[in-house]
Amino acid sequence: MMGFGVLLRKEIREQIRTGRLVAVAAVFVLFGIIGPLTDRYMKDLIDAIGSQSGGFTIEVPGPSLAGSAGQILKNLSQFGIICALLLAMGSVAWEKDRGTAGLILTKPASRAAFLGAKLAAMALTLAVAVTLGCGLGYLYTALLYPAPFDGPGFVAMAVLLWWLLVIFAAITMLGSTVTRSAVAAAGIGLISLLVLGIVAALPVVGPFMPTSLGSIALDLCLARDPGSIVGPILFNVALVPALFTVTWLAFRRQEL
Amino acid sequence: MEPATIALIVLPLLIVQVGLMLFALYDLFQEDRRVKGDKIIWAIVIALVNIIGPLIYLFAGRDESRGAESAEGRSATAHGDSITTILATWPRLDATGEMAVATAGLTKRYGRIVALDHLDLTVPSGCIFGFLGPNGAGKTTTLRLLTGLAGATNGTGSVAGVPIGGTGGQLARHIGYLDQDPRFYGWMKGRELLTMVGELHGLRGYGLRQRVGEVLEIVGLSDAAGRRIGGYSGGMRQRLGIGQALINQPSVLFLDEPVSSLDPEGRRDVLGIISRLRGTATVFMSTHILNDVERVCDRVAILNLGHLVVEGPIDDLLERYAQPIYELEPEPNQPDGIGRLATLMRAQPWAREVRTEPDVVRVFVQDPKVAGPAMLPLLASCGVDLVRFERARPSLEDVFLRLVAESDLRIAPRLEIPVTGLDGRGRR
Repeated sequence: MMGFGVLLRKEIREQIRTGRLVAVAAVFVLFGIIGPLTDRYMKDLIDAIGSQSGGFTIEVPGPSLAGSAGQILKNLSQFGIICALLLAMGSVAWEKDRGTAGLILTKPASRAAFLGAKLAAMALTLAVAVTLGCGLGYLYTALLYPAPFDGPGFVAMAVLLWWLLVIFAAITMLGSTVTRSAVAAAGIGLISLLVLGIVAALPVVGPFMPTSLGSIALDLCLARDPGSIVGPILFNVALVPALFTVTWLAFRRQEL
Repeated sequence: MEPATIALIVLPLLIVQVGLMLFALYDLFQEDRRVKGDKIIWAIVIALVNIIGPLIYLFAGRDESRGAESAEGRSATAHGDSITTILATWPRLDATGEMAVATAGLTKRYGRIVALDHLDLTVPSGCIFGFLGPNGAGKTTTLRLLTGLAGATNGTGSVAGVPIGGTGGQLARHIGYLDQDPRFYGWMKGRELLTMVGELHGLRGYGLRQRVGEVLEIVGLSDAAGRRIGGYSGGMRQRLGIGQALINQPSVLFLDEPVSSLDPEGRRDVLGIISRLRGTATVFMSTHILNDVERVCDRVAILNLGHLVVEGPIDDLLERYAQPIYELEPEPNQPDGIGRLATLMRAQPWAREVRTEPDVVRVFVQDPKVAGPAMLPLLASCGVDLVRFERARPSLEDVFLRLVAESDLRIAPRLEIPVTGLDGRGRR
């Protein structure tokens, strides 16, 4: 990984200077706040509308910690995956297209370091954003509900959410490397989201899919029994290095 | 709901949402910001597409790789004496007689297209080497093979004694490389880029700061070092490109068309830097601007259709291949007379070629002792009034055009698929 430290510093600076870190963090802050608010006030809002609409009523469950956690997780995972795709789609394709990959790789820097620095910087950006989003979600839940979430369970949820996003960043970076097109890379990310979502519904392999991390995270947050989680978590932890290795193998022989 | 609750709900959401939008708009309308497409369209997207608009703009809308369109902010290249003083402290190339670049049968195919065919080339250490050829000749392909950016289909090569092939290895420590159209990270400052490249080469602390300072001085960017590269003009980016290629004091410096996109002042600056590197680095420079080659290069190779046509010191090539030339500059508005004169001269046994250009007629002859005296009666018979009539010094351009034309006839019929129009990456 020759040059990894230098390139990681460059990538982190790029995330900050180009406003990407700010943008992703802002999205997570927004949806971290919206989650508990939606759960807490949605019923009041619907009831208020219903009382003025001449008898038409919609049944909405009342506010609860489970509802708040579900909203936080749903919002942050949906918009988080979009952010992960946006972060990763041009990571390699644009550098190759612009010639900046050639600029870096004619220096003493390995291709593994070039890719590794990008993935690590994206993971850091997502970590900052998840921390802010989940932190505010936790804070707003504590303000709006009688009791806050169980601390360790909520942290476990945040960590699994973060890892889910890193997996999608890694998939999209692989697409960005293989296709040489940012749009195609984003397409690969979206298709993989769709396919993994479908496969997650299958009985045997389903629990091992990254998209199943969401239900494990929710169970951990609410101190419910998630069932057997060691296998799925280990599989998903191994998925990022595996995706990185495939990306590196594809990139290793590419002409720039 | 109580007002405090409403404030709790609405205010943070509003602040984040509007803040993101304003941040994106501020970024969009920065003076040196270049975007993909139209700024007004982006402003509408940012303002109207809730949350996602600013995100799409910030992630995909900006063009960070190009510099500013205007040449505003040109900073003068350091005084020649200053550059010479700095370069005098840099290590000199040892006169070992080793080859800086050596290739044997180097070949590059893109499918059925042969972009480079069995290139056997040696470049002595310490010289400034001009690598010439028309567009699509294979110059950029060769540079990409020599720098490890592309892999050879066949053949071998070495640079500074290190075998070529792949990036990031030992080769990278010995070379500097400037791309044909150098692009950088627009958000970075000039000094930051050089510092990053220096760090990749293992420089740290005082040594790094000193080297960066020296290189900025050499390329004349000391005053602009603290500015975003996105605001640099084309000439400044080119000089920054040379700077990043020099940061490791390379023994071989590869420059792909270093002056082709520059204005005359920029060309003069860059050629000045290149000529002062003589003895400090072997400069391998591809170009098709032959006047520049004659100004700075010691040796040249001419490549055409992926084949090496000729290689050697410029003086030797001129001696071997240049034909004696007479230049006739007629008074204006004599098209008929000039036409008759050209036809008449082409029919003479001593004339090899007659080229009529807008202001001058160039006559390539076999033997000037025969041709000179024979020309004057022809001029008189055609009634062409001349401003100037002289025997000219043959130029590299004459040699280039002649050898390329001859090699076209020799090589083109043998090609399975024409290579003309390919870029250095094998794309049309």
